[in-house]
Amino acid sequence: MRKVSLFNVASLTFGFAFLYLPILLLVMYSFNEGRSAAVWVGWSTKWYVSAFNNGQLMDAAWVTIRVALMSATVATVLGTAAALALTRYTRFRGRLLFSGMIYAPLVMPEVITGLSLLLLFVAVDFERGFWTITLAHITFTMCFVAVVVQSRLVSFDMSLEEAAQDLGCTPFKTFFLITLPIIMPAVVSGWMLAFTLSIDDLVISSFNTGPGATTLPMKIYSDVRLGVKPEINAVCTILIVIVSMAVIAASIMTKRQEMERQRAEKLAMAQT
Amino acid sequence: MGAKTLGPVRRRFSPWNDPDAKPLIEFKNVIKRFGDFTAVNDVSLKIYEREFFALLGPSGCGKTTLMRMVGGFDEPTSGDVLLDGKSIKGVPPYHRPVNMMFQSYALFPHMNVKENIGFGLKMDGLPKGEIDARVQEMLKLVKLEPFATRKPHQMSGGQRQRVALARSLAKRPRVLLLDEPLGALDKKLREETQFELMDLQMTLGMTFLIVTHDQEEAMTVADRIAVMDHGKLIQVAPPSEIYEQPNSKYVADFIGDINLFEGKVAACADNVIRMESPALGTVIEVEDDEHCTVGEDAWFAVRPEKMRISLDQPAQTGLNVVAGEVWDIGYLGDSSIYHVKLANGKTVRATIANTDRMVERPIGWEDKVWLTWPRDAGVVLTR
Repeated sequence: MRKVSLFNVASLTFGFAFLYLPILLLVMYSFNEGRSAAVWVGWSTKWYVSAFNNGQLMDAAWVTIRVALMSATVATVLGTAAALALTRYTRFRGRLLFSGMIYAPLVMPEVITGLSLLLLFVAVDFERGFWTITLAHITFTMCFVAVVVQSRLVSFDMSLEEAAQDLGCTPFKTFFLITLPIIMPAVVSGWMLAFTLSIDDLVISSFNTGPGATTLPMKIYSDVRLGVKPEINAVCTILIVIVSMAVIAASIMTKRQEMERQRAEKLAMAQT
Repeated sequence: MGAKTLGPVRRRFSPWNDPDAKPLIEFKNVIKRFGDFTAVNDVSLKIYEREFFALLGPSGCGKTTLMRMVGGFDEPTSGDVLLDGKSIKGVPPYHRPVNMMFQSYALFPHMNVKENIGFGLKMDGLPKGEIDARVQEMLKLVKLEPFATRKPHQMSGGQRQRVALARSLAKRPRVLLLDEPLGALDKKLREETQFELMDLQMTLGMTFLIVTHDQEEAMTVADRIAVMDHGKLIQVAPPSEIYEQPNSKYVADFIGDINLFEGKVAACADNVIRMESPALGTVIEVEDDEHCTVGEDAWFAVRPEKMRISLDQPAQTGLNVVAGEVWDIGYLGDSSIYHVKLANGKTVRATIANTDRMVERPIGWEDKVWLTWPRDAGVVLTR
């Protein structure tokens, strides 16, 4: 181990402070007794109680969760299908164009995605609201799922599917009995990514919303323009806790699986 | 055990010489193209019931493609593949009564050994009790009973190979296809497993079709070998015939070690071919009933172990004898390889079996030696 230098410590401290100080401040002020976001008065959990009693805020949270669950699920199905098509059929005409088109929404400015979807919904006279937000979220999260699943499929041994068919399994059954269980971890992380992206999207939702469909980010943004209420801090803290718990759980799960696999391999090696 | 009693049966087994025998698998003028590349080029071949048949050749020679057409993973571009006399063209893999053991083993990682072996039976909708009984029988056959609930990644390479074998045998297929089945094992385990495969094939009385690039493996296990090159069958024959009677320079060179000398056919009469070989500096006489024409370009092919090497000048001169100098000696334990340099600079290889321990080796480096061979030692090849 090299000696810890002052420069290393300083840069590490600065980097972490840059990343986490704003969040830490937000969490801290959610427990502030006073109304002001600048003056510390004392510890209290009253803003959490008031946040839960705020009907509008809770409605927005409920809309967000419903949109996220639905769009993440549909996006996972479509994204997985797209990834399968692009890894399996490597020789069709225009494949490069198609794979490029799958990735394009990743780098497309959200404003453009949001606006073009709005124009589409207006053109076909689709009533804007919960469903238009959900459709918009499916559109932009699908490509993220496709990328995650595709990276897993690249290393997928095709002879597994051939072996299943060889043993009397139809291609349809093979997908559900062999392929899907094996790529499941990638599909799940694709779903989680889509879910998170949907929860914190503001721009695309704002373009495609309608009466009665306000998501949490939209609600927070509009409230903040009238002054920061500590209630918002409380809601944000809850969101942070949920998201970080999910991320930590997922990483522990993968880490444990990896360790188990390594232990098993060592055991197998020792037996030969 | 069972193998010993079946031994003599196996030796007499040669349905390919019986004109009335019905083939189990038949390839009829099969051509397979991938884009511009011709993987299999006009192959016609008959494989018989209970045969252990090997497709042998370098990588890219089309042997795997040929086998995959039996499994249903590739369809011929033209020609036909028959199983039990019926065309299986267009029949999907899941409706063919053949099973394959994959090179990568292709074990399902999310299922344990038992579930892997029972997968095909479950797909056939067999009752649970019957599946369990058959799986147990298979586990016993490959000696993996204690590992029934292990996952594939908890096993060694050799154990995984056995699981893959058991899984492909569980459905009692008409033909078992083996794609480089022992490629991932180390040398010692591979040799053991080769004999186990032979015993298994005889005990079960099944037809095995193996693809391999390892000539020793093919020679060991197979009743007949098809040597392939660039999508074509070069020679189809039992191992001993492939080795002793290769039909071309390609087969002679691909299987084992061989000395090849260029020359011209000078005379052919009474099953004796007389060849003049300036390259070797002697006249060669070979007992060979092959058809040949005088004046034709030909090659004399002789295995190193058929050569006799001696320090004393033999009685015969100018016929089946050459003189040279020992250039290199490779001591392999069971045998020694001598590289003898002729006056014209060509090198001839001769192998001597080391049957005696602790003999003072009479032939050493730079010794002047004579190489002789009997008239039936080699063959004359014209292609």
